[in-house]
Amino acid sequence: MRIESDIILGKVKRLVSDGKADRVFAWKKGNFCYDTEPSLFTDNYVGFTYDDFCAANLCKFMINESKKDGKTLVLIKPCDSKGLALLEKEHRINRERIYALGVPCAGKIDMDKIRENGVKGVIGIEEEKENVSCNGDENLIIKTLYGDKIIPKKSVLYDKCLSCTDKEHVGCDEVFMPELSEDTYDGKKFEGVKKIENMPSDERFSFWRSQLSKCIRCNACRNVCPVCSCVKCIFDNDNSGIASKANSDDFEENLYHIIRAFHVCGRCVDCGECSRVCPEKIPLHLLNRKYIKDIKELYGYEKEPALLTFTKSDAEPSVIYERGEKNV
Amino acid sequence: MYKIAYSEIYNLFDRIKDVITLFLPAKNDGAVSFSKYESGTRYEADALNTVRSAKDFFFPQTQNIAEFKISGKSIEILQNTEETGKFAVFGVRACDEKSFGILDRVFLSEPSDPYYNEKREKAVIITAACNYPEETCFCTAFGIDPSEPRGDVSTWVSEDFLYWKANTEKGEELTNKIADIFERCNDGEIISIKNNIKTAAEKLPFVSLNLDYWRNTGEKEIFASEKWESVYKGCLGCGTCTFVCPTCQCYDVRDFDSGKSVRKFRCWDSCMYSDFTKMAHGNPRKSQKERFRQRFMHKLKYFPENNGGIFSCVGCGRCLKSCPQSLNIIKVARSVAADD
Amino acid sequence: MTENLVPSVGVITDIRIDTPDVKTFRVVGRDGKKCFSHMPGQCAMLSIPGIGEAMFSITSSPTNNDFMEFSIKKCGCLTDWLHSAEAGQEILIRGPYGNFFPVESELKNKDLLFIAGGIGLAPLRSVINYCRDKRSDYGKIDIVYGSRSKDDLVDYGEIINEWMADGGIDVYLTIDREQEGWNGHVGFVPNYVKELGFNTDKTVLLCGPPIMIKFSLQGLIDMGFDKTQVYTTMELRMKCGVGKCGRCNIGSKYVCKDGPVFRCDELEALPDEY
Repeated sequence: MRIESDIILGKVKRLVSDGKADRVFAWKKGNFCYDTEPSLFTDNYVGFTYDDFCAANLCKFMINESKKDGKTLVLIKPCDSKGLALLEKEHRINRERIYALGVPCAGKIDMDKIRENGVKGVIGIEEEKENVSCNGDENLIIKTLYGDKIIPKKSVLYDKCLSCTDKEHVGCDEVFMPELSEDTYDGKKFEGVKKIENMPSDERFSFWRSQLSKCIRCNACRNVCPVCSCVKCIFDNDNSGIASKANSDDFEENLYHIIRAFHVCGRCVDCGECSRVCPEKIPLHLLNRKYIKDIKELYGYEKEPALLTFTKSDAEPSVIYERGEKNV
Repeated sequence: MYKIAYSEIYNLFDRIKDVITLFLPAKNDGAVSFSKYESGTRYEADALNTVRSAKDFFFPQTQNIAEFKISGKSIEILQNTEETGKFAVFGVRACDEKSFGILDRVFLSEPSDPYYNEKREKAVIITAACNYPEETCFCTAFGIDPSEPRGDVSTWVSEDFLYWKANTEKGEELTNKIADIFERCNDGEIISIKNNIKTAAEKLPFVSLNLDYWRNTGEKEIFASEKWESVYKGCLGCGTCTFVCPTCQCYDVRDFDSGKSVRKFRCWDSCMYSDFTKMAHGNPRKSQKERFRQRFMHKLKYFPENNGGIFSCVGCGRCLKSCPQSLNIIKVARSVAADD
Repeated sequence: MTENLVPSVGVITDIRIDTPDVKTFRVVGRDGKKCFSHMPGQCAMLSIPGIGEAMFSITSSPTNNDFMEFSIKKCGCLTDWLHSAEAGQEILIRGPYGNFFPVESELKNKDLLFIAGGIGLAPLRSVINYCRDKRSDYGKIDIVYGSRSKDDLVDYGEIINEWMADGGIDVYLTIDREQEGWNGHVGFVPNYVKELGFNTDKTVLLCGPPIMIKFSLQGLIDMGFDKTQVYTTMELRMKCGVGKCGRCNIGSKYVCKDGPVFRCDELEALPDEY
């Protein structure tokens, strides 16, 4: 069964009329079938949609929304829910002013991947009516100004969906129709990290140099990141000595992403938004996922924010060092 | 007009490269950008838009201005600017080419910007017609014809040939140096290519984009519109739209202190950033709504106001593709103008 | 003409302490001569490498052929640094930028009313001294100047010893609150202007904190002045000084290039974003 936008909207309307919330943060239809935008619905639901293109993580908007009087209902996908939980844990949001409605997710479609198939002039995208199965193998019919093209849906899901290991919501007030979520995990979560780990160090260095030199310092990765919630980012603080808008040299170019990666280390919820939003397609999530992998292997933590958690059974640094040596 | 078999296109690039440094759209780690052509570089003929626009050639992300050394109370100024050699850019689309004229109005108006001017003078622009415009393209709304790109040289591609036509002295000069690689042909050969492009462009979804509201309403009135309150909601406050935009040209001037000296450089800045207008004693644009409004007011109202009605947008569609939250100039232009 | 954003070196030859947070810096070029000529109301970009660069109005009159002066309030990175500098310090300077008060056109032969609050006197001082040096070109001059306290009046010495001593110039000083040793007027500038009740045929030059400008302008209108008679000068963040860096706009006008001097009716036609 497909996830129907109207059924989700019906649920949202019921919750609002039951007094659970005063306004709704969700997605709105765009000019095309694919350009849904995060939007606040206050008095009507014109344009409301929840479909395969609602990839944006809305949880960070709650920092500002929860400062307002009344309650905001926000639609939360399984991957978004971890970000919301972290924002709560770090006291960045006033959780009492948020009604988090978990919505099912069957993976979101990456338009760039569709375009990589040589597709131009997209005017519509439909799921193929025949040949529908519930294991994510359905085809998409891409209608374009220059003819139709059929592409398997799974081949154009966002990378973040392909590495999504579970479709379970955490910390939502209510989860709606979770049975409609579909497994989109390709079983290769750490493959990308392993590939880079296996590179000789100079090759690894030039891989990252080449990737990071594309950066235009648009700050989209930082601004979208639910973990990057500092009230004033060090890169925006003129007194920090490292505030900069452009990379005046190679060193600064690396610095921005590496400092950011270190800062989210142990806290990153692996929502994959950084790589999704990067206009230059820098695989930023690989930096974070390397830490996730290391923390998992060295400390045994995967779901809890390891560096914010202390237990007496935590391994001593010398033990960690030894474990680390084995992994080099 | 000249032509060359499309299968010979890399020979053409090699010949141009021998005459002048050549840049063209190529894939770099997954993103298409204007890259220096070396033998073996693969030209991304199908990519209409590079991720970053061609403005980078004239208005690079960073531009060194000067270097200072401080000792005690005295300051020494060292010039620190690199000279640009002559270069050619192949594959510039009609929209990007048109954006240069908009940037010229800023950088070449009195007093002109010498850094920009030098690079403009050194460049030979070779444009390419767009055989398959994308759904995000709306250059025609700004009077741009994707079948008639300008620049120093215009090119068109059919299944079998690349057609080449010099438009300016600079274009003639380059053409003369490599003319032996071409075969002469007459203009009539490209009529059907142009017609196909025109037909495709007419079917684009934004072909009837109406900007009359922006032309006919006063800046004060648009500024005060209640619509701004809702259109910016999804905005992350990142600088993606401004940096990929071929007409966005705001800049910051900053110092980089290396410990030994201080380098003053100019870099791209974004009106979307919170510190853009921040002063020691306050900030006139405190909220994202105000910053968001500034960007679109500038493109659709303030710039036209100062430049004989010309909008500061060429309809390249980069913001439609790049905005992480799918906000863009079309949505804003329509929503703010909407009656409801 | 081109603008390459490269400054030249200037030297601070003298620093005068005006108030607890305002100092006036005298600047000349390395050759001991004035760095460049300017008109009253124009600005210059001052910077210290690695500290910052900002736009300041030139407070000395163009008729001063020897040096330029900048009255600077301590309120941020660069101004903090300047306040801790000593005479002999070299700084970087470029300019002049912006338009100027129409001293050679609209203001000529007019009775002038200057209204200033706090550090807002800095740009007006340039005009006042220009008019004093070309006294016969202008009619009666009235100056209303106020600040928080007696100690916050900028250029107090010059006001008392020179301006008040000139014939045909009336100076009215006021401070916000009663203070020991102050026998003059107490009260806010906008109210004082109303109390003084000037003829409405004067041309007004107004500068001060935004709230003071707002209330003074309203007061002037209530008194029967027209917005076309009132000039003011604006300040926004600037990087280039020539209308290209894109940040100092109020609507379609750039403060660095189309301003900083605006007539109030021109300003009113722009979006309310200052």
